[in-house]
Amino acid sequence: MNFFHFLAKNREQVLELTLEHLWLVGVSTLLAVLVGVPLGILSARWPFWNRPVLGTANLIQTIPSLALFGFLLPVPWLGERADRLAILALTLYALLPVIRNTYTGIRGVDPAVVEAGRGMGLTDGQLLWKVQLPLAMSVIFSGVRVAVVVSVGLATIAAAIGAGGLGEFIFRGLAMVNNQLILAGAIPAAVLALSADFGLGWLEKRLQPR
Amino acid sequence: MEPTADGAVIEFRDVAYMLPNGQPLLAGLNLQVRRGETLVLLGRSGSGKTTTLKLINRLLTPTSGEVRVNGEPTAAAGVIPLRRSIGYVIQESGLFPHYTVERNIALVPRIEGWTADRIHARVEELLSLVGLEPQLASRYPHQLSGGQRQRVGVARALAADPAILLMDEPFGALDPLTRDELQREFLRLQRRLNKTVVFVTHDLHEALRMGSRIALMEAGKLVTILSPKDFLRSNDPLAAAYVRAFGNGLDAVVNGGAS
Repeated sequence: MNFFHFLAKNREQVLELTLEHLWLVGVSTLLAVLVGVPLGILSARWPFWNRPVLGTANLIQTIPSLALFGFLLPVPWLGERADRLAILALTLYALLPVIRNTYTGIRGVDPAVVEAGRGMGLTDGQLLWKVQLPLAMSVIFSGVRVAVVVSVGLATIAAAIGAGGLGEFIFRGLAMVNNQLILAGAIPAAVLALSADFGLGWLEKRLQPR
Repeated sequence: MEPTADGAVIEFRDVAYMLPNGQPLLAGLNLQVRRGETLVLLGRSGSGKTTTLKLINRLLTPTSGEVRVNGEPTAAAGVIPLRRSIGYVIQESGLFPHYTVERNIALVPRIEGWTADRIHARVEELLSLVGLEPQLASRYPHQLSGGQRQRVGVARALAADPAILLMDEPFGALDPLTRDELQREFLRLQRRLNKTVVFVTHDLHEALRMGSRIALMEAGKLVTILSPKDFLRSNDPLAAAYVRAFGNGLDAVVNGGAS
């Protein structure tokens, strides 16, 4: 039985695990954006926050993923369901690129433009919404893209704690020493990562300020 | 010699400005800008001229002393209404790259809540005022030449019809021909609009041409204020050094018009 046979025969399960995988990545990315963008703005606006915020995000990044899943397991509400736990872990990893790119994007806006806006009487809020965020958008977006691509790969490990996703095939394949099973998880995951990279890259280009 | 303090639109009273690290950028500045005049702040980089300008619209706040606009200390006024009542033009134009020409010009009117019709009419009026074709309204700044961008910058600053205009080397980055063109047009415009203008430059030629008076600055201090004509004959060593550096033929460019 070759790889494509396997996919065809198990297409329902492949589809289910792929959707699970997308769910883990999608929700965690969304959360990372909701948390990371404000933190990035905070550290761009008040330099005091820059080090603690980016430092923490950096530190999280250094925790091995399997260990992070393990650490979070005993946390009360989280540990009850594997997907919650996986989503939190993925969110934490996705924070760094989102925060860093929001910070860089806002800091990278031409100072002359910001100064002109301020000099003409824009409030801080107007400056942020009308000038800094729109002009930083493509940089922020490229951070999100990195976060998504990394998360797709990382989410395969979520299967280790029973959160599902394409990692299921991989871990099962490892246990059964079955390469086809491993590939049935790895290849769709790679395809997901590549298409996310491509699709978001295309969007990012369209967001580029002129 | 100086007008009474009440006649001044902008007044500096013993103003000093220091960076947070204690480095003084400006000290003991006393200066009055009269209604309808173009006061040029002339000096080399680091002389404090841009700092002086930014103290007027409170992009910077004096460390000591007081800046008054229309008789009111700027420290007492709301900073946002103050800035919206003062036009501001800077060297790189500072146009918003993601806004069309029209939206750039309409910036202040829009946040001030003008109706769309009024804004549209105003934008058209301003475009013709600064000598731009109406069809440029839908362009983005990167599609314009440097001279066109500066014209848009001036139009944007004039949008809400402020009585005061601050210009920080507005024509500094332009090629000589375009600069000459814009200087001439701005003089014509100024004769019509009669704004109170504070104009920063390091170019004596430009200062003589644009200024009703020239405030010469050096190392954070005001050295002297002179009319363009007097500047050329001044015995002040720094003024004389400027005149020497810029060579002959300066008499011809002296601002004959305003005030």
